[in-house]
This record gives sequence, C-alpha cells and structure tokens, in this order.
Amino acid sequence: MNELDDFRAETRAWLEANCPPECRGPAEEDAAIWGGRNAVFKTPAHRLWLDRMAARGWTAPEWPVEYGGGGLSREQAKVLASELRRIQAQSALNSFGVWMLGPALLAFGTEEQKQRFLPEIVRGEIRWCQGYSEPGAGSDLAAVQTRAEDRGDHWIVNGQKIWTSYADKADWIFCLVRTDPEAPKHLGISFVLFDMATPGVTTRPITLISGKSPFCETFFDDVRVEKENLVGTLNRGWDVAKHLLAHERTMIGAMTAVGEGRPIGQVAADHIGLDDAGRLDDPMLRARIAEFEIDAAAFRLAMERVGDQVKAKQAHPAIASMLKYYGSELNKRRHELLMAAGGVDALEWEGERSNNGTPARDWLRTKANSIEGGTSEVQLNIIAKHLLQLPGA
Amino acid sequence: MPLILTEEQTMMQEAADGFLRENAPIAHLRGLRDGRDPDGVSRDLWRAFGEMGFAGVLIPEAYGGLGLGAVEAGVIAESLGRTLTPSPFLGTAVLAARTLAAGSEEQQTEWLPRMAAGETIVSLAVDEGAKHRPDRIAATAERHGNGFRLNGAKAMVLDGHVADALIVAAKTEEGTTLFLVDPKTAGVEIERTVMVDAHNAARLTLTNVEVDADAVIGPVGGGDAVLDGVLTLGRGCVASSLVGAGDQAFQITLDYLRTRKQFGKLIGEFQALQHRAAHLFSELEIARAATLAALQAIDAGREDAPLIASVAKAKASRVAELAVQEGVQMHGGVGMTDEFDIGLFMKRVRVLNELLGDAGFHQERMARARGF
Repeated sequence: MNELDDFRAETRAWLEANCPPECRGPAEEDAAIWGGRNAVFKTPAHRLWLDRMAARGWTAPEWPVEYGGGGLSREQAKVLASELRRIQAQSALNSFGVWMLGPALLAFGTEEQKQRFLPEIVRGEIRWCQGYSEPGAGSDLAAVQTRAEDRGDHWIVNGQKIWTSYADKADWIFCLVRTDPEAPKHLGISFVLFDMATPGVTTRPITLISGKSPFCETFFDDVRVEKENLVGTLNRGWDVAKHLLAHERTMIGAMTAVGEGRPIGQVAADHIGLDDAGRLDDPMLRARIAEFEIDAAAFRLAMERVGDQVKAKQAHPAIASMLKYYGSELNKRRHELLMAAGGVDALEWEGERSNNGTPARDWLRTKANSIEGGTSEVQLNIIAKHLLQLPGA
Repeated sequence: MPLILTEEQTMMQEAADGFLRENAPIAHLRGLRDGRDPDGVSRDLWRAFGEMGFAGVLIPEAYGGLGLGAVEAGVIAESLGRTLTPSPFLGTAVLAARTLAAGSEEQQTEWLPRMAAGETIVSLAVDEGAKHRPDRIAATAERHGNGFRLNGAKAMVLDGHVADALIVAAKTEEGTTLFLVDPKTAGVEIERTVMVDAHNAARLTLTNVEVDADAVIGPVGGGDAVLDGVLTLGRGCVASSLVGAGDQAFQITLDYLRTRKQFGKLIGEFQALQHRAAHLFSELEIARAATLAALQAIDAGREDAPLIASVAKAKASRVAELAVQEGVQMHGGVGMTDEFDIGLFMKRVRVLNELLGDAGFHQERMARARGF
C-alpha cells in the first residue's frame, strides 16, 4: 500500500511538472493527438506532452518496458489514470496501435514484430487503421472477401474495406484478408499488416449524418504484402481478430465511461437554470439525468472490476461484449440527455455559439457506437452463447 | 483495492452459501410462512448464525465477534438474498451492531456479545411513514426527570416484534438522538406487520415512553452522524441482498430457458428471450460491481462511501426488479403459481427495494451530490 502511495506522490509531482497547461482541461477535437508520420499538433506543447509521456512509456502504461511500455502494474496504472483525471490531462496519444493492434501483437506477434512495431506505437510515430468491415461483411464479419493470393515470398491483395476509421490519415493498416477461399469462412482468414503508402491502396472518406468523415472506404488493387507481416498463424487470423475485437469493444465501452467533458447536470443547469431550492428547473429531465448518472457511475465501476478480473485471470473473454454493449448504449443515452439539456441551444449546426454544432454532431456520432465494433445485437448474441450457454445461440 | 473478493472473502461466501443451502433453503421460508409461525423467524437458526460467526461478523473480537468489515457482511447478505432466508442478520448484525459501536462501553458490553452469539435480537427504528425519510424524523424525546420521554410512531422496524431491545431515533432539542429502549417499557406498543415477502418487521407506537439518560447512544443530538454511517452500511448490505436475490432469480430463469420446450424448441433458443437474458446478465454484473465498490469504500472509510452506497442501492434495486419481472414473465403461467419459487423472489425484491431508500431516493441524493 505504501509503495503505491509513493508512486502516487511521484506521479502527481511528475505530472504537475510535465503536463503543459495547454494539455489540461476539456480537449477540443482539433487538439487531439494521434501521432503518425504526418502528425499534426495544435501547439508545440502538445508535441512535448506526447514526447514526455512516451519517453516514460506512459502512452501504453501496462506494456512491458522492453517494448517501450511503462511496465506498470494494474494498480499503478489505475493510480496514473486517476492522477491524469485529477489534473484533467488530455490524452497524450489517441492510438489504434495502443488500443487494438498492440495487445494483439503482444499475444500473437513474433519477437521481431513486437520489437519492430510496439516501440513506435508507444512513441506515436506510426498511425494505424483497422481493415475489418467490408460492404458484405458487417455484423457477419467472418464473411470478409478481400483476397490475398500467394506469390511465394509475398501476397497480392485485392478487395475493398469499409468503415475504416481515419484510413485517409493512417500510415499502416492491420487487415483481415482471405488466404484460403475453399476453407469454412472462419478458417480461411489471415491477419496481415501493410503500409498504406503501398501502390494500389486508395481511400475515400464517407460523409456521415454528423457531417463529419471519420470513416473511409479503402480499396486494394494488386497490393503487395510481405509474408513477414503475417500476424499469428496462416488462415487462423480469426483468432487474432477476435482477441483484438475484445480490446476494441472494451475501448468503445471505456470511451463512454471516462465521462469526458462537463457533467450533464451542469450542462443542463447552464442552459435551463436552477430553481429556488437549487434543483434543475426541469424536474422530469432532472430525474432522467440522475438515473443516468447512477448507471454511468455503476458502469465505471464494472469496467474497473472487469479490468481487475482480467489481471487476476478471472475474466471470461466474452465479458468484453458486455462492456461494449452497455457502454455504447449508455453513451447514446448520455448524448440524448445532453441534447435535452441544451434544448434549442443544442440544435445549432453552425456558428461560434455552438462551436460549429458540436453538441448536435457529437450526438449524431454516438449513434454509431452500437453499430461499430459489432452491433449491440451481435454483442447480445455473444453473451447469450458464450456467457449464458443458452441453447442454439 | 481490486474489485474482486479476496481469498478469505471467497471462503466466507462459500461458507455462507453452503450453510444456508443446507440449513435454511427456500423451504425454510415456506415452512415458517405456511405454518403461520408466530415469530416468522427461527431463534435456533439465529443461534446457529452465532456459532458460524455470521451474527458477529461486524462486532469486534473483544465482544465475541469476528471483527470483519462491510465486504464480509455484504457477502453474507448476498447469500441470504439467494435463499430468501428470514433472519435478524440485517437488522441486528448490521444495523444495530454498527449503531451500538457508537454507544458507551457499558452498552456495548451488555449487548454486543449476546448479539454476536445469536442469542439476542436488536432492532433499529428509524422510518416512520410510507417512505424512507431519515431526515424527516418526527418522533420526539423531551427531557423528563433524569431522562427522556419518547413519543411517536415507527414503521418498517426489522424484527421489531421479536426484539430484545429497540434502538429508537427521535428528535430532542439538540437534534436526532438514538435511544436504547426495552420493548417491555410502559407505553411501547408493537404490532407485527406480516409482509408480502413473509419476512419480518413491525410497527411501533411510543406513548410517553420513559427512558433514563444512560439509554442514549452516542451524544444527545448526535444521532444523524451515527445514522449516516449506519445507513450507508445498511444500504450496501441491502444492495448485496438484492444482487443475491436478483442473480438467483436469473439463474432459476436460465435453467427454465434451458429446459422448457414450446413450438418443438427449447424456449432459450428464441432470440427474443436470449437478448433479454443477455441484457439482464449485463445489468447484474454492473450492479454487482457497484455493490462491491460501495462495501470496499465503506471499509476504507472513504469520504464518497455514502454516494457509492447510493449508486449501489439504486442500481441493485432497479436491476433486481428487472430480474424478477423478467423471471416471472419468462416462466409464463407457472411463474404465477405459488409452487414455483420465482414469485417469492419478486416479493422479496419489492421489500428490499423500499428498505433504506428506493431507487428514486438514492437518485435524488446523486442529483444533489452533483449539484443539479
């Protein structure tokens, strides 16, 4: 316990000294740090914040030190997270490499792959995207059709991906391709890595109902992929994919739990006002927000508990589906309430007052939470089958 | 502190589950109910709780207890929720034991060892009206001679009709004050309330009840501070019982989904039911996490323990309510019969939901804590 207190004190002191003031407080979207070859930093302080955190491995706090990670224990990582929250530090690195690919490489990668890719992920030098969904493979992800033809020392990849997050900004892709078209659908898939600058890769952003384009269509036209960039066993990419999906689901669940931004009750008070007793001057909305806050607080604790169970090797792998399902539904509810809290103020689509329609655009964006990474219905199927062992599920 | 039970706590859970399955399964509740037992609770079972250490789980070792914490008490409360066992555990071993911890050396020496042994039942009388409103206590205590004179009415006094002592919260000029009252004192009227779940509580009428000054627990006017801690602990433990009852109702329902056939299929094969079961599973996991977090926060003496206990109680109340409603519905017609146990869970959960504040009460606390 004492050691942990010492760690907290050291961490607090280090963060006080090293987290620039520009990187504290609610993050504007254009200030988010994604890293990569063409990294964009809102201010030099943002670059400094990434570099300082990366130097300690704290962009991937629980990864082994030998791969550039922080080497922290679960308990230490919790302390770090709470100290970051305490000073409202913005994330030093948003990274599909940290959130998704890294855990898969740690579990399935060769020593060479780990040494080659993990340190640069920690340092935010390479930005990754995920090539999973296809026009004909959404909820039924194992139906991927993108082909990889064996040409001896390399493959030639042809096909199309969709909903590739930030494909137009990514440097590399981790991608599901079909390497054995004859095998049953789950057994002919491989998990490969390649550079998005390889000839034959093109991307096209998709405009969403929020007016933004975080997703792309990604096309592969005779793309050469080296065999050394196969992760895991040939034709068993589905195992890697499932492992990674579990992390993705946990991450999507976690995004809601962090409770970024101002509490809904305060947003509502700003727009609607309080009555003489200091209560939100809209009793029905107040009750809905309070019920939400109970659910959100309980869910945060459930996230923490699952993390502890994973560390203690007591977690069922399918529990990630529970977090993903619940977290994404909760986030949708949160943004419905934020819209109600803002009233007509939240309806503005353009202009400075609404920061170019941020409340409305964020609200619309959340509708994808229960679709991306496996729909809520797919998560419920997984829970019914793997956690409840219901017949025929 | 990781949000999982320690090895010792898991052993306590296994001991409590095993003991109750063996000695007080649901048939025990049915026996007391159908035999119209005048007490509605078994003194023998309570003594066995003493022998097992359960009755004294929170009582310091110096007074014959185990000297353990809220997590361990919650583990036992959860087991009691699974078997629906009527027991003075919540009223005596949790609420009264923690209240008496604020009492004098004499009070503790007199009561705690016998409570730990399962020989004595002590009831805490706080609630008065239809809802739990500990900040609106109307019962009064006027100074009278060497002591006080109590007047008022109390409701939902757990095991009040079989209590060997009552702890009554009443208002003095200084504020809420807690009094140890002998139920045989002149002016104390006790009416057993036979409740929907066949568990035990009483209504209390106090008419010019005279007590000595040394009947006061803690400082005169200091009752609210004591009650805050006691009620927080109680809410954590009631949340545990709700998680136990909700989860057991869910397990019974899952068994039914795996065995009942209609349209030539097991009904658990229907996706309409699978998704509802999977949703309920998620809710139960979340309620369980919040409840354990509350109990740990209480043991750690954290400042936010009352708020986390409110989160736990509100969440566990709503989730257990969903579990029993889905349980009865998924059982279909047999879910409405007294023969099947699922209805007993619905009844118990309704009572536990009201106990120490329903979901709405705790949401209100959350709203105030967040300043809206």
